[in-house]
Parts: sequence; structure tokens; C-alpha cells
Amino acid sequence: MSYFRAENLSLHFGGLKAVDAVSFAVEKGEILSIIGPNGAGKSSIFNLISRIYRPTSGRIYFEDQDITEEAPYDIARLGIARTFQNIELFENATVLSNLLVGRHRHSTTQLWQELLFLPSVRANEKVHRRRVEQVIEFLDLEPYREKLISGLPYGVRKVIELARALCSEPKLILLDEPSSGLNVEETDDMSFWIRDMKSELGITVLMVEHDMSLVNRVSDRVIALNYGRVLAMGSPAEVQQHPDVVAAYLGA
Amino acid sequence: MRFLFKTDYEDDIRLFPHSGYVVSYGLLIAVLLAAPYALSSYLMSQLVFVCIYATVGVALLILTGFTGQASLGHAAFLAIGAYTAAYLQKYNVPFPVYFLAAGLLTGAIGAMVGFPALRLTGIYLVIATISFALIVEEILARWESVTNGNEGMRVKTLSLLGVAVPRDSPTFYYLCLAVLVLTIVGTLNLLRSPTGRAFVAIRDSETAARSMGVNVALYKVKSFAISAAITGLAGVLFAHKLSFISPEMFTLQLSIEFIIVILIGGTFSLHGAVLGAIFIVMIDPFLTYLKDDMPGIIAGVAATFGAGKDAAADVQSKVAAFASLNGLKGAIYGIIIMLFVLFEPLGIYGRWLKIKLFFQLFPLYKRATFKRQKIYVKSERNR
Repeated sequence: MSYFRAENLSLHFGGLKAVDAVSFAVEKGEILSIIGPNGAGKSSIFNLISRIYRPTSGRIYFEDQDITEEAPYDIARLGIARTFQNIELFENATVLSNLLVGRHRHSTTQLWQELLFLPSVRANEKVHRRRVEQVIEFLDLEPYREKLISGLPYGVRKVIELARALCSEPKLILLDEPSSGLNVEETDDMSFWIRDMKSELGITVLMVEHDMSLVNRVSDRVIALNYGRVLAMGSPAEVQQHPDVVAAYLGA
Repeated sequence: MRFLFKTDYEDDIRLFPHSGYVVSYGLLIAVLLAAPYALSSYLMSQLVFVCIYATVGVALLILTGFTGQASLGHAAFLAIGAYTAAYLQKYNVPFPVYFLAAGLLTGAIGAMVGFPALRLTGIYLVIATISFALIVEEILARWESVTNGNEGMRVKTLSLLGVAVPRDSPTFYYLCLAVLVLTIVGTLNLLRSPTGRAFVAIRDSETAARSMGVNVALYKVKSFAISAAITGLAGVLFAHKLSFISPEMFTLQLSIEFIIVILIGGTFSLHGAVLGAIFIVMIDPFLTYLKDDMPGIIAGVAATFGAGKDAAADVQSKVAAFASLNGLKGAIYGIIIMLFVLFEPLGIYGRWLKIKLFFQLFPLYKRATFKRQKIYVKSERNR
């Protein structure tokens, strides 16, 4: 049994088949990239996994559990975190409180305890904060702790979104175009972090990416999509040489 | 300028970041405690209204400022709290019991309003809350066996543990102040714990909140319930302060006043609720002044600039007629809201922060410090 599995996953908007009978599996501890031209259905697959969309048909399994019918907020509780293509941060809050929201799935205190701010709440807050600080150190975000998101440059926001996902201590992380909008150095940093996430934190990574050099550097396996269908699956080199993939990108 | 050297996570958790806060808030509390011995009974009465309005303002801030759910129905929650108190009082229920009962009942009704609100955002939510307020107003007028209809209900003097607390006594003021302070402390506690952060997360991006494991529906309902419950508690004090309640006291205009409280005070901080409450309560004496003294003053000015006696009298009667126009209060409220939204969206408290920073950084203050950046990456948002 695979760690994470999508079986015959489909998402149809009327006649448009955004995702069409896609099946793939992710092994524990691997980095799997999904590539494909614009509109191939890459982000739609992510939105299906995090239950922003309801699949037209097909099932999704995580750790041998069917998660197709789970509520969107339960997906995070199961240990699947994600980032967004067009950064979805909490704009009018500080970096720190953004990251602390990432800890939400670990919060155990009740409303009345929080109203009184009992010692248990205080102790929990400190545990959350310690975890957040570990992530801040991991991603070099120390200078930004107290800053409001609305005043930060794009590249930093991208990293903060990754940090927020890591704060939830996920088992599987979904990265939606982690390098979009980043310059060459920032992309380099991102590739190191993605590999460290796998080797140091033991997180399984599922990633949508356009930047082929990043894909080549970090991925264990690659899936190529076009028009919602799987074109090819395999090592980065294999997929890039697959005739269908070449045709999809260059036209033939 | 003071630079804080943080050595412990506790430094970011505690309510007073440094000793300066303890001193200034300590002084403020001391002044407020001494107020009954220094102020006239009229100002004391206004101060009690400031406490009540500020409590409602804090409640509205939780819902609108921090969870991002607008409401124009808070007059209805206030009414439910007030009527619960008046009704239970008839059956000799003691104050602590009906005070809590009013909070619980209003909270439950707030949660019920929260459920349909789950599917609504922005202007539609505002319309839904207005409808709720109108329904409540109508029920209060028609359900005569409980509410006594349009004749209204008399509210007896508050009796706390067998001791009568008249509505203009210092004890009543202290009670209102205590409720306000406890509300503020509770809200601050909430804001520094997971629930408060979930509220802010929902305000800024529901999609992201959901994908971080926040049960958006549950927290929206929670926010409605908490906000309504606090408003209900304020309603009990409101009823006692007025000693008589009737449906026409809880109209849309009152809800708008509450919105003005937070809009003018500043929607991003609890300070805003208090500053806004002071503003809205003090606008009434200003309007009275406008009505009573302004015509005479303007006529006097006109006379000194050479207008004849008849002309001056004419001016006086025209100004008087204008000042006693029917919708003047509403019009002034409208103009105030527009001016604040256009020129000071951060409210009075935001202005205060700017002034403070100006002197802290003098002469290095940059005008662009509080400028909001426009960002154009939100093209493809999932709702």
C-alpha cells in the first residue's frame, strides 16, 4: 500500500474535464513533482486533495485511510499541509501570528480556558511558540517576526507561506509552484529547503512546479499532465524525454 | 524611543509588554475610580454610557474587526439582553442570575443568527443582520404578553446582594466599568490564544484558514455567539441605566451608532472601541449645544458684522430651524462615517498612534509609514 494514493480522480466543470481519471501514488519520504503546461489540471489536483473542490469521481487515500469525504479543515488535522500558487497569507497580521495559525491543528484548549487565559493555555502557547521558532530558524525568517505581511516583499511571503505549512508539522506537504515569482537565488534556497524538509524533517513532498531546473534538482519522481490526463510518470530524465511530454510542451 | 530586549517567549504573551504600560494603565484606572468624586452627575451619567457603548464596541470588534463579519444587528442583541433583564426582574430573579441568563440567551440567539450567516459575505451579510434586527424590533412590539408591546417596560432599581444600586450611583458606574474591563481582558486573552488567531485568519483568508485546519463555520458561529453574549450583558446594564425600555429605543440607528463606535475608534484595536464610545456619547451634548446655543451665537456674530436687528433675528430663526431638523443626527452620522472612511480609515486610535510615532521618531518620521500598499496578486482567489 502506498503512503498517499489518488485513484481515478476526476473533476469536471460541465463538459470541461479539468482532471480526468488521474491515478498516482506517493511513497513515504519521496518528493514527487507534477508538471504540465498551463491549464493541465495541476493546481486542480491540489485543490481536490485539500477539498476546496469536491471530486466528480475517484477516491483519495492517505495512510490507508479514505479521505475523499473528509471536511476541508480535517485534511490539515490528518497531517496534510499546503501552500498556494497565489499566496494566501493573513495580510493584516504579523508573521508570528500567521505562523501560529499554522499550529492550529495542535491546539487543544477550550474557549472558556482561553477567555481566562489559564496556565494550561499559557503553557500551550509557549510550546506552539517554540515549534514556530524552530521553523523560523529552519527558513531564516528571524528578521521578519514582528512585521505585518502587508508590508513584506513577494519572495519573503512565499517563504512565510512555506513556514506556515511547516508549523503544522505535516506528514505530507503540497507545494503549489514554490518557485513562482522568485529570483534565481531565492529559487536555490527553496530547492535546498525542499530537500532538507525531506531529509531532516522526514516530510513527504508533493509539488507542482514549472521551473524544470528546480524539478530536476529535487524530485525523486515526476508526473507530467496535460488536459487533465497523465502523460508520463517516472524519473525526471525519463519524463522529459517522453515523446508525449515533448509534444505537449513544444507542439507536434 | 524604547527598545525592548526580549529574552523569553513570555515577553510576547503578556498583556503589558513593559512597565510603562503598567504605569499608564494604572493611572487610567485610578482616574476612572476617582471620577465619581470629581465629576458632575451629568458627566458621570455620560461616563456610564461610555462604558456600555464601549462594551458593545468591543463585542462588535470581535465580530467585525477581528472575524471580518459585518453586523448591523447589534441593537437587537442589546434589546434581547435588556428585555431578558426586565422580564426576569418581574419574577424577582436576583441580578447575578438574570445578568448571566441574558448573556447566555443572547449568545444562543447570536449563534442562531451565525448559522445562516455562514453562507453570506459582505453586503449580503449586512442585509441579513439588518433583517434580523427588524424582526426582533417587530417581535418586541407585538409580543405584548412578554414585552408589554409599544408601551415599553419599566426596569426596577438594580439590587445587588440585597443592596439597592440606583442607576446614578457611583456603585452602578463601578459595575459598568468592571463589566467593561472584564470584557476587554477576556477579549485580549482570546486574541492571544488559538481562537483569536483563528478569527483573524478567517477575516484575512478563509481558504487559507481552512487549509490550516480551522473549522471556519464553527469559528464564525463562535464569534457571533461571543459577540452577541457580550452585547446582551451590556443590554442588561443599558436597561438599568435607562430604567425604562421600549422597542423604539433599539432601532437601526442604534446599530449604526455601534458601527460608528468601532469605525471611528479604529477597527484594528480594542482601544478603538473605547475612543469611539467616548466620541459617540459626547456627540449628543454637542448636538444639544448646536440646537440651543448655536443660533444665538451666529446671530450675535452676524450683528457684530453689521447686520440689522431684524436680519440677525432672521438668521437666528433659520439656524435654529436647521439645527432642529428631523434627520440631522442621522445626516451627521453619515457624514462622519464618510469622512473617516475617506481620510482616516484607521480611526481615532490610528491617528493617535501616528501622532505618538511622530514624536518618538522626531524629526525622522516618514509620511509613508502607515501607507497601505496595494497588491495585485489576488487574481485567482478561491473563496
